[in-house]
Amino acid sequence: MSALLTVKGMTHFFGGLKAVSDFDFEVPEGVIYGLIGPNGSGKTTSFNLITGIYTPTQGDILFEGKSIKGVKPYKIVQRGVARTFQNLRIFGNLPVIDNILVARHYTVRSGLFSSILRLPSFIKEEAEIREEAMNLLRLMKLEGRAMEQAKNLPYGELRRLEIARALATKPKLLLLDEPAAGMNPKEVHDLMDLIKRVRDEFKVTVFLIEHHMHLVMNICERIKVLDFGETIAEGLPEAVGKDPKVLEAYLGKRGA
Amino acid sequence: MKFPKFLAASALFFAVVQILSLIGLLNGYWMIIINKSLIYVILAVSLNLINGITGQFSLGHMGFAAIGAYTSGAVTAIIFKLSPLTLTGNAGFALALIAGGLVAGIMGFIIGFPSLRLKGDYLAIMTLGFGEIIRTILNNIDFVGGPRGLSVPMFSSFPIITLFAVLTIVIIRNLIESSHGRAMLSVRENELAADLAGVDTTRYKVMGFVIGAFFAGIAGGLLGHLIQFMTPSQFGFLPSAMVLILVYAGGMGSLTGSIIAAFVLTFLTEVLRLGIDSIRDATGFPIGTEWTMVIYALLLILIMLYKPDGLMGMREAKILKLVTPGTPAKAMEVAK
Repeated sequence: MSALLTVKGMTHFFGGLKAVSDFDFEVPEGVIYGLIGPNGSGKTTSFNLITGIYTPTQGDILFEGKSIKGVKPYKIVQRGVARTFQNLRIFGNLPVIDNILVARHYTVRSGLFSSILRLPSFIKEEAEIREEAMNLLRLMKLEGRAMEQAKNLPYGELRRLEIARALATKPKLLLLDEPAAGMNPKEVHDLMDLIKRVRDEFKVTVFLIEHHMHLVMNICERIKVLDFGETIAEGLPEAVGKDPKVLEAYLGKRGA
Repeated sequence: MKFPKFLAASALFFAVVQILSLIGLLNGYWMIIINKSLIYVILAVSLNLINGITGQFSLGHMGFAAIGAYTSGAVTAIIFKLSPLTLTGNAGFALALIAGGLVAGIMGFIIGFPSLRLKGDYLAIMTLGFGEIIRTILNNIDFVGGPRGLSVPMFSSFPIITLFAVLTIVIIRNLIESSHGRAMLSVRENELAADLAGVDTTRYKVMGFVIGAFFAGIAGGLLGHLIQFMTPSQFGFLPSAMVLILVYAGGMGSLTGSIIAAFVLTFLTEVLRLGIDSIRDATGFPIGTEWTMVIYALLLILIMLYKPDGLMGMREAKILKLVTPGTPAKAMEVAK
C-alpha cells in the first residue's frame, strides 16, 4: 500500500499559540483513517492545513507524492481532496440539487457564451450533470428533496448532503470533520454503513475526525490520537483503545 | 426556446406602449418616464448580479454608467461628424453603446480584480472611491465639457431601450441558470464552502462584477442619449445609491424584484414630484422638490420594517423561470 497523503513535520502557529506541533503521518490509499483527540487538540486545524485554508508554518504536505503546501484550496479540491465541515456549510438558499451541481462545476466544459446562448452542447451537459447529481442524491436517500431549499432540510439530511457535495468533486481523498456530530444512535449506525459503502463504491480513501468512539473503533482501519497538538498514539483500533496514554488523555490520570 | 413567455410578454408590452404613444395617449413626457424606467431596469438587474447573486457589495454602479455614457457619447459624436445622415441609424448607436459597455467592463476588471481577491468589504470602499474619482476626473476634462456637461444627439428611442433591457434580462437570467451562475450563487451563500467545492471564487466574483459593469456602461450610454445631455453629477454617489435602493427594495437576488422596483420607484418619483410641486407653504411658494427625498426615505423605512427581504425576496416570477433540462420529472413534482 502506497501513501496517498503524507504529512511531514507539519507545525502551525496562531500567533504565539502552537495549534499543531511537528505532525507526521501517512494515510495509505483505500483505508478508513481516523483522527481522534480531545477538543482543542488540533484536529480541525490539521484538516484546514491539508485543504489549504491555512498554510502550515513549517513542514510539508504531500498528496500523491506532490506537495500541496501553499496551493489554493480550490486547486487542492481539483486535485482530489474533498471535505465536509464540522459546522455545516451548505448553500442554504439554493435547491438541494444545486448544492451538488456547484461541486461538479469545475469539470463543466460549457463556456460562458454557450451557457448564455443555451447551445445544444450546454443543454446536453446540463442534463448529464443533473442526472449524476440525482444519482448521488439517491445514494444519500435525498432524491425526494432535490428541488427543496437546502436550509429547510433536517440536520441529519444536511450532513448527508455535505458528504454528497464532497463526493461530487470526484475526490480520491475524502476528509470528514465529525460526521456523526449531533446524530442519534440509529443515525450513527446508518452513517457507519454509508461511509463504508462510499469507500467501496467510489474507491475513495476516507480520513475522518470523530469523537464518537463507537464509530471510530468500528469502521476505522487505522487510528491516530492527538493531544495538545502532539501525536500520542497511532495504529490499529484495538491497540490504540488500550494505550494508557490515550486513556489518560480521555479519562484523566488514575488517582489524580 | 428561451423564455418564450417572457419574450411574449415583452413584445406585448412594447406593442401596447408603442400604440398608446402613436394614438397620443402617452405623450413625450410619459414616454421619457417609461424609457427611464427601462434604463433603471438595466442598472438594477446588472447591480443585482453583483450584489444579489454574487453577494458582493458595490457602491459605485453609476461610475460605470458614466464611463459607458461618455464613451458612447464620444463615439456617437465622431459618427455624427463623419456622416450626419447616420442620425437615424440604430446600428451605429448600438455599436457605440457596446463600446461604452466594453470600456466600463474593462474598468470593472481594473477595479474588481485587486479588491475582489480579498474577502470582506474592500469592494465597497473601492467602488465608493471609484465613483467619486470618475466624477472628479470628468469634471476636469475640458474635451467632454467638464462640469458644463456634454451634449449628445437623441439616439435613444423606445425600441432600442426596450431591446437592450430585454437582452440584459435574458442574458443575466440565462447566466444565473447555468453552471457559471451557480458558481456565483455559491460564493454568495458560503465563500469558504464554494472554495472547497472546487470553485475559483475570485474568478467568479470578478466575472460577476465585470458583467455587471458592462451592462451599467450600456445603461449609461442609453441614459445620456435619452436626455441628450450628460454631466458628471448625474453619475455621482446619490444616483448610485438610488440604484442600490432599487435592488434592495425589489429583493436581493430577484431579477423580477429589480424590474418591478425600477418601474414603481421611477414612476413614484415623478408622481411625488408632481404632487409636491402643487403643494404651497403659508407664503404661497412651492415647498420644494427636496421633500420628495423625505417621502422616499420614509417609504424605504416602511419596506425595511415590513418587507426586510425586499418585495420579492429571492423569488422569481414564473415567466422569468427557465425549464431546466434534465431535472427528473419526479423531483419537480415533489418540489410542488
